[in-house]
Amino acid sequence: MELARKFKSAFSTVPVLGWMLGFFVAVLIEYYWGYDYISYYLGLPKIPVLFGTLIMLKDPLMIPGALAYDLVVYVLPVLAVGKLTEKLTNPLAALCETLPLALSVIIHLILFYGVLHLWAGINDYRVLVIKLTMISIILTISVNVINGYQGEFSCSHPGFMAIGAYVSSILTLLLFTNDKIFGDALLPQALGPWCFPIVLIIGGAAAAIGSLAVAIPSFRTRGDYLAIISLAFMFIVKSAVENLQVLGGARGMGGQPDFAPLWVIFVWTMLCIWIIHNFVSSILGKALNTVRDDEAASESMTIKTRKTKMSAFMFGAFWAGVAGGLFAHVLAYINPGMFSINRLAEILAMVYFGGLNSIVGSIVGAVSINILGEALRPLELFKWIIIPLILIFVMIFRPYGLISFKEINAKKLLRAKGKKGA
Amino acid sequence: MESLTDLIQYIVQNLINAAQRGSFYAVISIGYSMVYGVLMLFNFAHGDIFMVGTYIGFGIATLFLALFAGLMPAPIIFVATVVVTMFLASWIGVFVEVAGYRPLRQAPRASAAITGLMIGIIFETGILIMLGAERLSFPPLMESVTYNIGGIFFTNVKVLIIIISLLLMLALHGFIQKTKWGMAMRAMSYDFLAVPLMGVSINIIAPLTFAVGAGLASVAGILYGQAYPILDPYMGVILGWKAFVAAILGGRGSIKGAAMAGYLLGFIEIFVATVFPSTLRDLIAYSIILVILTFRPRGFFGMEHSTKLRL
Repeated sequence: MELARKFKSAFSTVPVLGWMLGFFVAVLIEYYWGYDYISYYLGLPKIPVLFGTLIMLKDPLMIPGALAYDLVVYVLPVLAVGKLTEKLTNPLAALCETLPLALSVIIHLILFYGVLHLWAGINDYRVLVIKLTMISIILTISVNVINGYQGEFSCSHPGFMAIGAYVSSILTLLLFTNDKIFGDALLPQALGPWCFPIVLIIGGAAAAIGSLAVAIPSFRTRGDYLAIISLAFMFIVKSAVENLQVLGGARGMGGQPDFAPLWVIFVWTMLCIWIIHNFVSSILGKALNTVRDDEAASESMTIKTRKTKMSAFMFGAFWAGVAGGLFAHVLAYINPGMFSINRLAEILAMVYFGGLNSIVGSIVGAVSINILGEALRPLELFKWIIIPLILIFVMIFRPYGLISFKEINAKKLLRAKGKKGA
Repeated sequence: MESLTDLIQYIVQNLINAAQRGSFYAVISIGYSMVYGVLMLFNFAHGDIFMVGTYIGFGIATLFLALFAGLMPAPIIFVATVVVTMFLASWIGVFVEVAGYRPLRQAPRASAAITGLMIGIIFETGILIMLGAERLSFPPLMESVTYNIGGIFFTNVKVLIIIISLLLMLALHGFIQKTKWGMAMRAMSYDFLAVPLMGVSINIIAPLTFAVGAGLASVAGILYGQAYPILDPYMGVILGWKAFVAAILGGRGSIKGAAMAGYLLGFIEIFVATVFPSTLRDLIAYSIILVILTFRPRGFFGMEHSTKLRL
């Protein structure tokens, strides 16, 4: 215990910038020596992709090797570089503090993306995992707007996602690719990546319009009945897509062009976090909380409850649609079965694991459930026993999720951490 | 004249099919409704309790047929299977309540919903791990005889399913209206804060409710196995969600409403499938439900007061 406290106090002076530098060095080490030297001498067949969890579960004999790899490549360099460069990074962080907050955040995000890009660039699997994780983050935050901030129990998110995915896929297939169903490209293909944001926004807008089917009944009812209305909406969307043979029916729809490299998804995710954060801290966002806590009282305080509910639903659905569009273009294949009960259980798990009414909580929930899901993949079916068990324990001990009703202050997070008074 | 009798035959034939399908929904959705009445939350694991009950029924039926086939008449084996399965499956219900819902009494309702979903996933995966992915087939507990009355074909299995479901519901009605336990359940759904003060513990009534619901679901499972013999660990998902929809449609907490809505759902599904392509079945069934709930948000027999969600 004493040791842990000493350890913590020794590293509490390292600013975020320092940790990022540490990770940068770790990634460089992995990039240059990871395969040729470190994993070779540790007897690992290749670079462990997700911190060695996959290889450890597949072959228990590899556990020491994988742990040693993690220690040599990640833990030691990060700690050492973080501590050693604090003389350098603290003044830099202090310099960033003098800049406007937005600029400082953008600088940090660019650095973070750089490290992430290098880390993911080592193998394609990592790229896919990070892409899907980021899409999950968008999805989880957008669910949190409705289920957390507005306090409804909405089950329709896979439906919104499906609308966004299909609308944006139709647009890109119609406009930018030579496709069997939709014929030749109507616009030059080079224009595609530039128009992709517009396509995504149209997909999101379509989902937002679709969400009115759930939002309007929510004027008259809430709670369980709204849950069932939203559930019915989800089934209706899935069933409708299954019956539209133009869209491939139950077979699905493939061949979406690869307009969504890592940086595009990163930018969308950060945009989503920023915009939703602004939304929920605006007056309208605070109105969501009052409607959740007491609808009649908030109505008497001149809050337009209908407008509030409608905007929450449309806003949440918009981002779910965007996430769906990104999802379709990452996998380059969608079918209606992807947007069903299983997806719903996954989304709800991420939201309630991370924490209601908190953007940080949603990020934590999405990242941990995704990474856990990937890391436990070698266990095959047992994965679906371990993850639910973890969730049940979280629900029992922290009924509102891990980090609920809390936000992290970006300014506090990024500030320089020198000695007291520095 | 000829076409009119054809039409009547056609309609009656489909009515029988619809009554059979509706029976499953009705019996399962009663389980949802009963739990709602007592605990004010939906047991999302109920569909998977039904699935586990079906597998238990499968095991018991196989065992009894291997032991007693030829020694005892088929109806006795059938009744014995039903009774033993009900008994075993009700412990599954008790387990779900004690392990999953009891620690969450003070927690928000949404957390309990998540716990229910997760217990369901654990059940599905557990069955998949224990029995493998191969599809098992439920042994027939009675010989299927096809009758033909005036051009309408039906089997004794179909009739038995409908009759047993109705009997079960009558028995449940008697249990709830006439016995002390049923009275406690009714009292609990009337006011679950005052009743514990009168010396009726919610920690006894809630497991009892889960047990009864699970027992009913397991009988529905045996009957389902007679009608559609292929077992599948994910069978509870499809049927369970539909029964859940029926429970809401009937009005939460209303057992009568749940049963009626279950039959209604069966009728909608079968008649949609006769008129339209069967792929449109879900689409139209859920659209009708959406319309009904939009205009009658409390379902058919829902309680008038609206609960304030704790988030």
